[in-house]
Amino acid sequence: MADVLSFRDDEPLEEPAVTLDAFLDQSNATAVRLEDGEDARQLLPYLDRLALIEIGFSTFGDGRGYSAARILREHGYTGELRAQGDVLVDQLDFLRRCGFDSFAPETPLDPADTEIALTRWKHVYQEAADDRHPIWSKRHG
Amino acid sequence: MYKYDTYDQEMVDTRVAEFRDQVERRLAGKLTEEQFRPLRLKNGLYQQLHAYMLRVAIPYGTLSSKQMRMLAEIARKYDRDYGHFTTRQNIQYNWIKLEDMPDLLADLASVEMHAIQTSGNCIRNISSDQFAGAAADEVADPRPYAELLRQWSSFHPEFSHLPRKFKIAVIASDEDRAAMRLHDIGIQIVKNDAGEIGARYYAGGGMGRTPMIAPLIRDFVPAEELVSYAEAIMRVYNRYGRRDNKYKARIKILVHEMGAEQFIEEVDAEFEHLQGQNIDAPAAELERIIGYFEDPAYETGLSDEIDRSDPDFAVWLDQNVHAHKQPGYAIATISLKPVGGIPGDASSAQMDVMADLMEQYSFDECRVTHAQNIVLPHIRKQDLYAVWQKLVDADLASPNLDLISDIIACPGLDYCSLANARSIPVAQKIAKRFADIDRQKELGELKLKISGCINACGHHHAGHIGILGVDRKGVENYQLLLGGSGAEDVSLAKITGPGFDEDGIVDAVEKVTDVYVAEREDGERFVDTYRRLGMEPFKEALYG
Repeated sequence: MADVLSFRDDEPLEEPAVTLDAFLDQSNATAVRLEDGEDARQLLPYLDRLALIEIGFSTFGDGRGYSAARILREHGYTGELRAQGDVLVDQLDFLRRCGFDSFAPETPLDPADTEIALTRWKHVYQEAADDRHPIWSKRHG
Repeated sequence: MYKYDTYDQEMVDTRVAEFRDQVERRLAGKLTEEQFRPLRLKNGLYQQLHAYMLRVAIPYGTLSSKQMRMLAEIARKYDRDYGHFTTRQNIQYNWIKLEDMPDLLADLASVEMHAIQTSGNCIRNISSDQFAGAAADEVADPRPYAELLRQWSSFHPEFSHLPRKFKIAVIASDEDRAAMRLHDIGIQIVKNDAGEIGARYYAGGGMGRTPMIAPLIRDFVPAEELVSYAEAIMRVYNRYGRRDNKYKARIKILVHEMGAEQFIEEVDAEFEHLQGQNIDAPAAELERIIGYFEDPAYETGLSDEIDRSDPDFAVWLDQNVHAHKQPGYAIATISLKPVGGIPGDASSAQMDVMADLMEQYSFDECRVTHAQNIVLPHIRKQDLYAVWQKLVDADLASPNLDLISDIIACPGLDYCSLANARSIPVAQKIAKRFADIDRQKELGELKLKISGCINACGHHHAGHIGILGVDRKGVENYQLLLGGSGAEDVSLAKITGPGFDEDGIVDAVEKVTDVYVAEREDGERFVDTYRRLGMEPFKEALYG
């Protein structure tokens, strides 16, 4: 899957993701896809057996996927969390901070711009779902 | 006031570099206008009728003289020698070129300023009480709490693509000088029975086309959980706020449709969950910030006597000067509402004069008010006359604070691409009609607010007298509203009836003030008389 930009050590999962409805309908799938606004909390009982959760962005301006991602990470999900759809270079850093670790953008991203976008910000002001710590934690050890 | 450390400075510098890169990619065609739009908006850049408009953030309305001088310099260098102070305590420039923006932002960053999140569907600049730190009635200076929230909300990864814009106000006294309950989140810093400082949270207020007064969401959130409670509200809003219709996308609609009770349940559940997520900074961080807002080095033993022998000075003194918590000091408000002027506008030269006065007389600090005036918060009473003389020379001494000519007006059709009608000429005509200061004083406190369209940037819902400009079959038409308030007696104004043309609305304002003068009882303000009598006698005078 050359079109997936992954920040994980493992290989991207090849299994196609099923819809939330199909998954909740007693599917044994290990990959599920949430559309904009579908409730990530419905997946919480099944996080252990999921290897891929793909969250669709129909438009980059729809921010619900950011909350979905953080909720999944805050409840201990460690599998692949993929942002698919209208994923643009200027949103990548925020998506990473919210816990996404792979990306399947509809339009390929410029690798040089991507590198800059993901390394530009040395500091952050708030705790999120990545391993970066807020400026206040640096100020106070 | 707050000073950036190396981290804060690096954040704004990084933002300048990022936006420089984004502008280059836009000009190179790598970003479509649709993709670029939210990026420029999050740096305060709007496409207006004639040019780009830039909104610069003034966190909780507080400026140093160095910053004020830079705002003057930016007006000279990149704009047309003036700026417009806004109802959210920011400043706007109306004639900015896109290609100048990166350098302009770098100039701002050199004085610890920026335009971050002054527009777009994100958490906007946080506003506060313009008398913070100087008022006798506050339980604490509200600005450290606003600063804590400013840092938390800056570049927030989860809340940068909200359903709609999001405005927060923080106050710390029962008297509300910041229209707190007309914000998406309103916070009143309070002390509980145990003497601990915390936050009373309101959520779901706002003006716009569906005005709402924010209901109480939680009576007391301990200061150390201030941020995680805000985060809980934001997450509920981000997940459930409507995205199908931009006119129903503000949090007020969510709170209204969900019901405050259900909304509170959702927020409480999220808040409980977030307690394990290390969201809140340690108490030491709030202490660090509070350290920047300690009282300045007031002199003691100063006289409270003021020489009132100059009658013009006495008029200004009575109207524009408020009591200070420190003996010998006073709070002076500079009116940006001269008769015939544009409400909230100041020239570069006037900004420089204000900077000089701040530096010389007010511990190097001023505040922008939501009513589009400027406050010198800590003036020795013995200096008031000298300050006033300098204000007179700079055409900044209008003695009309909170009077009928102290009008809040949006930019209207003269500048704004959303407007249906002009606001500024109406404000000017009303100010001219009531130009006699004795007549204004006779009418007493009268908050008149004008919006040029239903989006209500001119706060017409919160005016004792409100005016809303609409487009009626291609002709500007002005509706009159009565009985609103953005203060602690918060209420929403009601429309009187059919609208008026531009001259008709000025006559209509005069008629309702005539009713007030005829009907008022001792000590009643216009809005009190309206509340006692109801709409009928006013309607009768207008349409009878």
